Amino acid sequence: MSAPHPAYGRFEQALRSGRPVVTCEVRSADGADPAAVRKRARLVRDWVDAVNVPDNTGGVVHASPWASCAILAQEGIDPIVHMTCRDRNRMALQSDLLGANLLGIRNVLCLTGDHMIHGDQPETKPVYDVDSIQLVAIATKLAREGKYLSGREVKPPPNLFPGAAANPFAPPYEYRPLRVGKKVDAGARFIQTQIVYNVDRFEEFMARVRDLGIDRRVPILAGVAPIRSVKAAQFMRDQVPGMEVPDPLIRRMAAAGDAKARREEEGIRICVEIIERLKKIPGLAGFHLMPIEWESAVAEICRQSGLRPATSPPAAGSSASPVSPLLNP
Amino acid sequence: MTTALENLPPAIAWFGRLLRRYPRAGRQLNRAAAPFENLTKVLMFGCNMCGQCILHETGMTCPMNCPKTLRDGPCGGVRMNGHCEVKPEMMCVWVKAERRSRWLPWREEILRVQEPLDWRLKGSSAILNMFSGPLLDERGRP
Repeated sequence: MSAPHPAYGRFEQALRSGRPVVTCEVRSADGADPAAVRKRARLVRDWVDAVNVPDNTGGVVHASPWASCAILAQEGIDPIVHMTCRDRNRMALQSDLLGANLLGIRNVLCLTGDHMIHGDQPETKPVYDVDSIQLVAIATKLAREGKYLSGREVKPPPNLFPGAAANPFAPPYEYRPLRVGKKVDAGARFIQTQIVYNVDRFEEFMARVRDLGIDRRVPILAGVAPIRSVKAAQFMRDQVPGMEVPDPLIRRMAAAGDAKARREEEGIRICVEIIERLKKIPGLAGFHLMPIEWESAVAEICRQSGLRPATSPPAAGSSASPVSPLLNP
Repeated sequence: MTTALENLPPAIAWFGRLLRRYPRAGRQLNRAAAPFENLTKVLMFGCNMCGQCILHETGMTCPMNCPKTLRDGPCGGVRMNGHCEVKPEMMCVWVKAERRSRWLPWREEILRVQEPLDWRLKGSSAILNMFSGPLLDERGRP
């Protein structure tokens, strides 16, 4: 690999800067058109330090996240690839970690993965060979020790920056902060949380995290997301396990009415209010925006809440990919 | 599993060494013992015979009953009532494990990061595996 591009490792630099870091999620391609990914990337590029690409979220098939991440890297974005244990055994995980790194992707969010029972192909065989914490340990072993799980040497070792997720809103609540500690023990270098709607519960979680000293061991980014409609809020509350959407928020969305502009405005306002409350919580390193299929909301949320990337955005038209783009925009 | 081996009482460590010296006999003994272990542990803990028991670290709750076979704690999909996201009628294995582990004097063990599972050992006796280490034949079977 030649000299690394300035955007390569931008996420880690941002976390080290001490300023609040902003990341957001862009869904992976849902068709064979790379331009669709580029279009979404450009909507968020100037507002964030890094962009996550989820891995078959909710058990619904999309393009491999590392493929979309490689396109993001060509757009000058430092991508964070999601890697789940649902669809890959430990061999596939190791080869994907290495393969993603060859394409200029070093940030990996290690996840267990939503079960396929919630998706559109529930008849699939679940893999779950290893779990998310073991995956963090595998990525750490590859990068730090330069060894595969078998002990065989990787030459040269990949430059990985593994992270993990936390969900403060699912039982057992007392165990959740300890589980974050366990992920850090395994080698997680950053934590991104589930979407925060219940700020009170999140405050309790963070208080315990601070008591345990975990916030000083790892940067924690709070997940936030705008609600687009009452229906979407009710779906998240009733159909997405591990999500907590308090009723007052749903009532506010209902009061905003059915007109698209009105309800979207209200959804963004709620999101900005949550960010303002989260800003007061000590121990948070930044925010992770999850505008589910609504990437254009990222700019508006950042503008209203004053969130800015911790690192300066790369020059327009620059690429963070070590591979020359095969498909020019 | 190596840590368990180091801490065994001398008599058991000797027995483990004996099994390792005669691996064929060790495997036969393992096959003979597995059904008895299965019977008792299935009745008491709903064991799944993964062959690498960590019941004592998970509040005596078998983590292999989790539909995602998670050995390091609950996933993010646990329902508000503490039930499983995949099997809504079942209490989450890890909600039970966390609650029960509080009663155990060695409750911090639940925080240990587990090694990935050796799937070859499924169905074999975890107790003998702990004594002797995995005894695999030339085709990699227990």
